[in-house]
Amino acid sequence: MKVLVAVKRVVDYNVKIRVKSDNTGVETANVKMSMNPFDEIGVEEAVRLKEAGKATEIVAVSMGPQACQETIRTALAMGADRGILVLTDAELQPLAVAKILKVLCDKEQPGLVILGKQAIDDDCNQTGQMLAALLDWPQATFASKLELGVSDARVTREIDGGLETITVTLPAVLTTDLRLNEPRYASLPNIMKAKKKPIDTVDPASLGVDVAPRLSTLKVNEPAKRQAGVKVATVADLVAKLKTEAKVI
Amino acid sequence: MIRDQETLDSLAETVARFVAERLVPNEAKIADDDRVPDDIVAEMRALGLFGLSIPEEYGGLGLTMEEEVRIAFELGQTSPAFRSLIGTNNGIGSQGIVMDGTPEQKRRYLPRLAKGEIVGSFALTEPEAGSDAASLRTTARREGDHYVLNGTKRFITNAPQAGVFTVMARTNPADKGPGGISAFLVDAGLSGLSIGKPDKKMGQKGAHTADVVFDQCKVPASALIGGVEGQGFKTAMKVLDRGRLHISAVCVGVAQRLIREMVTYASNRVQFGKPIAQFQLVQAMMADSQAECYGARCMVEETARRRDRGLPITVEVACSKMMASEMVGRVADRAVQVFGGAGYIADYGIERFYRDVRLFRLYEGTTQIQQLVIARGLLDAAKG
Ligand SMILES: Cc1cc2nc3c(=O)[nH]c(=O)nc-3n(C[C@H](O)[C@H](O)[C@H](O)COP(=O)(O)OP(=O)(O)OC[C@H]3O[C@@H](n4cnc5c(N)ncnc54)[C@H](O)[C@@H]3O)c2cc1C
Repeated sequence: MKVLVAVKRVVDYNVKIRVKSDNTGVETANVKMSMNPFDEIGVEEAVRLKEAGKATEIVAVSMGPQACQETIRTALAMGADRGILVLTDAELQPLAVAKILKVLCDKEQPGLVILGKQAIDDDCNQTGQMLAALLDWPQATFASKLELGVSDARVTREIDGGLETITVTLPAVLTTDLRLNEPRYASLPNIMKAKKKPIDTVDPASLGVDVAPRLSTLKVNEPAKRQAGVKVATVADLVAKLKTEAKVI
Repeated sequence: MIRDQETLDSLAETVARFVAERLVPNEAKIADDDRVPDDIVAEMRALGLFGLSIPEEYGGLGLTMEEEVRIAFELGQTSPAFRSLIGTNNGIGSQGIVMDGTPEQKRRYLPRLAKGEIVGSFALTEPEAGSDAASLRTTARREGDHYVLNGTKRFITNAPQAGVFTVMARTNPADKGPGGISAFLVDAGLSGLSIGKPDKKMGQKGAHTADVVFDQCKVPASALIGGVEGQGFKTAMKVLDRGRLHISAVCVGVAQRLIREMVTYASNRVQFGKPIAQFQLVQAMMADSQAECYGARCMVEETARRRDRGLPITVEVACSKMMASEMVGRVADRAVQVFGGAGYIADYGIERFYRDVRLFRLYEGTTQIQQLVIARGLLDAAKG
């Protein structure tokens, strides 16, 4: 079975995010970028499926500027077999990404598509669901466990207040939650070998997808600054403050 | 020489991330336990860290020197004991074979060294022969198709873990100088070979040194590196040229880490109503550290590029080793100063680095020996 994994290039999770001074977005110039951590979990899951003999080929897809090739290389170094770069400088919103993935799925015919449940930059949590709708495939979102069968998959999902286990028929769309697995470090020899794995470059127009944004961003603001904390001298002080100031007890 | 910047960047980033996520959190523990836990060793193996400098055809990464120092800058950002573990396989414990080994010796050892299946050690120093290594007394006597080794090696890094030793021994008793020395590959576990108790050291806890003692230790003639007698000292010096450059890069890495620690601490520690980072005397300590560290980094990179171009590097390496190791000593001293009393208290980890980096000015040639090498180079050049 072929597995298609979507990998997004985002601002690295260690970077302190700064909003641009004109409030149009966040600063990305000279900022360290890396693979969306949820997508890393997706790649890891696919590689484990391949190691277990359940997946035969892993295709990693990324969309955006040329630099997204680095994100694909990371996936290849972790164990993906080949990459597809959808090259565009346009702002890509979840619906556009889902439409592109739909066309790629029509072409590639994967048995399973794995995406992160959300990307840590815009936290949309929409692409996987939209893709499932466009493909008319079942979806298993927020997966914390995957047991892949021949024609279906048993998926444990993290939901409010507990876990839900469902079965979906294949092909299906899966989105990863944090506890699905712990991604490996790509080994140094595999990073070198990844250089030789193929990456196809296509663009949205050649796929026949109109990526024009459907939403416009009006303004991006920094969160309100938190007030500095205070140290209390005694437990009694703490209890008093919790009662009178925080009003939580 | 950097063959492919993008690939090197991703190698360096992966190592940096591994260092930050897996090694830094364990620094205090490996110092307290005086050992690197097996699971971390296994992870270092899986990552491919043991084979950085071993050619690709033998399963290593075959990094150029400029690429290797870039990785060493990253590995330097944590306790040097971690680096020491993989240090000998990438450096003094494998390079004798890489540089001068026979094809058979390369096939026999390099793939296992590259994977970290065995650890390689380098045994030159003796109780009576340190800086004056050419005066070494360990003997290797030819007997038929064997050599018989006798003597004691001292302070040998990774000796307790080693699977193979590169041993410098005198094959020609008539020649008391470098020309009488040959290099051998001696497998651990041979009869007549024993390892002393691990030395109790000032720092770099978790990395071990010990005596290596040869008592009528019989090795096959095929263990002679390159198959030629009298070349051992030359091999050792070439190995050390390379090793010293790697060590210099590690010094730069540690200094960068310490500078970061200083800046963070100074920005948060408040005295006289403001962060101490705002006092110019404290700024001077940070600025001097940064300038010196940058200087050493440039020297290391330039010398690495020279080596990749095949130019002579002995003097440049000695300059780099002296500058980088003395620099990190000063930076560690200032780090203690910036931290104030906390710099002296173990919980903050700074005093540990202060002790750890002291070694860099001693091994692979003391600072005085680097000065001698540099001066000799100058005087030889003047003679023309
Ligand atoms: C932790 C550790 C790990 C080591 N690992 C290894 C290893 O893996 N393999 C190995 O072979 N060795 C190893 N060594 C040995 C190390 O390389 C030597 O300790 C070092 O070369 C110095 O030799 P020495 O200790 O005999 O000092 P000495 O040579 O006795 O030097 C003592 C002092 O005299 C100075 N001095 C000596 N000669 C001169 C001169 N001509 N002019 C001016 N000053 C001079 C020195 O600079 C030094 O200050 C290790 C040492 C340590 C401490």
